[in-house]
Amino acid sequence: MSDTYDVLIIGAGPGGYVTAIRAAQLGFKTAIVDREHLGGICLNWGCIPTKALLRSAEIFHAMQHAADYGLSAEKVGFDIAAIVKRSRGVSGRLNGGVGMLLKKNKVDVIWGEAAIEAASEGETPGTVVVKETKRAEAPKGAKGAGSYRARHIIVATGARPRVIPGIEPDRERIWTYYEAMVPKRMPKSLLVMGSGAIGIEFASFYRTLGAEVTVIELLPQILPVEDAEIAGLARKRFEKQGIRILTGAKVTKVEKGGTGVAAQVETGEGKSQTIEAEVLISAVGVVGNIESLGLDGLGVEIDRGIVVTDGLGRTNVPGIYAIGDVAGPPMLAHKAEHEGVACIETIKGLHTHPMDKGKIPGCTYCQPQIASVGLTEAKAKEQGYDIRVGRFPFAANGKAIALGEPDGLVKTIFDKKTGQLLGAHMVGAEVTELIQGFVVAMQLETTEEDLMHTVFPHPTLSEMMHESVLDAYGRVIHT
Amino acid sequence: MPINVLMPALSPTMEKGNLAKWLKKEGDAVKSGDILAEIETDKATMEVEAVDEGVLAKIVVPEGTADVPVNDLIALIAEEGEDPSSIDAGGDGGGKDEAKAERRSAPEQSGKRDKPANDGSGGEDRTPGGGTMSYARVDEAPDGPAKDARRGSAKGSDAASASDGGKRIFASPLARRIAKQEGLDLARVKGSGPHGRVIERDVRAAAKDGGAGAGKAEAETKAPQAEQKAPAPGNRPDAAPDKAAAKPAAGPAPSGLTAKQVMGMFEAGSYDEVPLDGMRKTIAKRLVESKQTVPHFYLGLDVELDALLALREQVNAGAPKDKDGKPAFKLSVNDFVIKALALALQRVPAANAVWAEDRILRFRHSDVGVAVAIEGGLFTPVIRKAEQKTLSTISAEMKDLAGRARTRKLKPEEYQGGTTAVSNLGMFGIRSFSAVINPPHGTILAVGAGEQRVVARNGAPAVVQAMTVTLSCDHRVVDGALGAELLAAFKGLIESPMAMLV
Repeated sequence: MSDTYDVLIIGAGPGGYVTAIRAAQLGFKTAIVDREHLGGICLNWGCIPTKALLRSAEIFHAMQHAADYGLSAEKVGFDIAAIVKRSRGVSGRLNGGVGMLLKKNKVDVIWGEAAIEAASEGETPGTVVVKETKRAEAPKGAKGAGSYRARHIIVATGARPRVIPGIEPDRERIWTYYEAMVPKRMPKSLLVMGSGAIGIEFASFYRTLGAEVTVIELLPQILPVEDAEIAGLARKRFEKQGIRILTGAKVTKVEKGGTGVAAQVETGEGKSQTIEAEVLISAVGVVGNIESLGLDGLGVEIDRGIVVTDGLGRTNVPGIYAIGDVAGPPMLAHKAEHEGVACIETIKGLHTHPMDKGKIPGCTYCQPQIASVGLTEAKAKEQGYDIRVGRFPFAANGKAIALGEPDGLVKTIFDKKTGQLLGAHMVGAEVTELIQGFVVAMQLETTEEDLMHTVFPHPTLSEMMHESVLDAYGRVIHT
Repeated sequence: MPINVLMPALSPTMEKGNLAKWLKKEGDAVKSGDILAEIETDKATMEVEAVDEGVLAKIVVPEGTADVPVNDLIALIAEEGEDPSSIDAGGDGGGKDEAKAERRSAPEQSGKRDKPANDGSGGEDRTPGGGTMSYARVDEAPDGPAKDARRGSAKGSDAASASDGGKRIFASPLARRIAKQEGLDLARVKGSGPHGRVIERDVRAAAKDGGAGAGKAEAETKAPQAEQKAPAPGNRPDAAPDKAAAKPAAGPAPSGLTAKQVMGMFEAGSYDEVPLDGMRKTIAKRLVESKQTVPHFYLGLDVELDALLALREQVNAGAPKDKDGKPAFKLSVNDFVIKALALALQRVPAANAVWAEDRILRFRHSDVGVAVAIEGGLFTPVIRKAEQKTLSTISAEMKDLAGRARTRKLKPEEYQGGTTAVSNLGMFGIRSFSAVINPPHGTILAVGAGEQRVVARNGAPAVVQAMTVTLSCDHRVVDGALGAELLAAFKGLIESPMAMLV
């Protein structure tokens, strides 16, 4: 038996490490276990490195269109290896940053595969057994395999790509985001299965760099969680860029050949076609990492692959908590972070509330960007709201035109009765940076009145947020 | 101590007025209800009315004085036993008169007090209610204040006015709007947001349960007053735009007498005061709410227990024993009652329901609450899906829940929900009683003691074991015939208990 911790967190992704730091701030003796990398998928194989890739694509795109801005750039080209190298460099830098933050907060890092042997009971702390891992080398100063004791054990093990039987990733012809993020060479053609944020971002990246891209989506709409109108506008833009999109379509069979894959795609009403591509990217969602943690043996309630919690991270077993992807959707880094903080503050006995999942924003960093928070128009109607909808196009915004980004829309949805902002949905340049204005508004429970009374700086894209609100109440100025 | 008469405000925005006329002279006897003076503004005339008895000792502001600031001292009344001539008005030079200074700031003070005064047993209450304002009696005004609202509110409105007086209420815009739409007084809603900010969920909850300090009931008492155009007394510097929020005379709606009123009826020192803990407050709130909002009716029925007691004995005797010879379970009659009620609800599914304001929620499973008396109150933990559980499971669960209820270690989710409850006072020998429904439940079953009774059977007396049960029903959900059907199903199960074993 070695040290006894107040809090031990399994998984050093964005949910885990943020929780660990908050735990340390609250005075808990804290440890965090990981088997592969500090910062988790987000920082190493997700959010961050893809943003680096997309930034390269964006600049490449701008250089190709330099003449539109009165500039000249000749022999514009790219080096995929250099793009990947930059992306890995960004991850590496942030990865080191997480290690530094944990150290600064005196959080012990334990390296290996963790399994919970016992939950705490009364005064007796729980036990976590950590086994050695070969996945990655331990960071400097990390503790190794062994048995660790902790009063509170928080599972924050995240998620991994969902695998469709028969279309198992092979790292060569069938990729997940891991391989798509570090291509050794630029594929000429790509088939992207799934049109959620991950699928669409890679489609956008590879298309911008010149690949032939086809996106297959099972549902009738791409970006299925987004507002239908916004997704529709995005789809038009993608198609204009040359991305081929098949919705209501299902990949039934994939045959691998020497030069690529041939996918059988059912497109509804009994029709089917074969689509060939050099590589298939499987981006059909993620599933929680709940196995081999010993949760079953402890009787932790799990429902369809998700650890059941009370919204504050508490499972049915006292002393065992779960946050982030393993505790259910939306499987987003910022949701995990927030949930983790609420969980540890609850453990501390602070006054907390389960997070309101209706106020978690979502961002997709394709070209054009998509950002949203709250209810879509369809969802709001489905929930019985009598709504007012405001819209404002990028084409009527001075800053957007000056930027050369006249395509896009800011859409707001209000409850007619109370003036509550139910949802905001945007497509267009930089909207991922804009959405937070509406998130704050929702969190503070502003009504249309306050938003109308708020001064938005000119000239900015944010003025469209104001105008969209005005439009919902028939007071729009610039259209 | 002389009583101060202050310049009243006719409207929330009024800052000053003219003292038109004194209707009493110095030295005149004054009794409650007498008109002391007339005040004019550019809009209206109002009368200043006395609420105290005494002698008008001193007129501080002579009649005909224009632009007298609101809350300025205009006269002094000597109380009974006081020598009016000894009272020095002090006028503006009365800086030595601390009482006066204090009184003059009284409106602000009372406005700042958080606690309703009727809760503050704190002694003399030197600023009796909105006392200062109760001198104002308004005859007409653009807003058309009611004649008597003021007097009625003189003491009672203390709580109301105190709670929102000059204090800024931190509330989200959405909460403010919903409160307005629902006719809730925000000052009465407890905020759960950062630093006590009132947010949407608080007003939604307040609107829903009416009680919760928000007083939907109060909002309702307001409505008629607003119709007769209750005045917006001058002690509302925040001048909320909604007229409906003009102060009515009501304290927290459901409570009857104030603590002070009740204590006034007993000799001081003849009792000890017991502070309320959270559980007691909850019991008080929930059950008052229940009795006031839930239309109860009661159905009584006798059930015979001979078969059940025989079965119980047999089953308990057959319980497997561990190595210490302790039986694995020991079923109580109450365990059978829980199970029978759960199964009866399955047989009469329409009764497995609760009222939800604009709809009825009907449940698939039988979640049965069981009242557990504990030191200082009671808890009602819920046996979930009781219809699916074996008697021994129910028994074990009950033992665990009751044990933790006694140590107050139940989690909220363990005592929330359910469509019905069992309250058993049989162990105290109670023959029958009627229980108060525990909202949101639709029913509650009150169980009396099992005892030997003589009944007529086939024309001859027979001795049987029997108990009386009384089902309290929420008539909005469970009508008489439906309740009877549920009880009949319950009786059938208790009297033929083998059905509970399968």
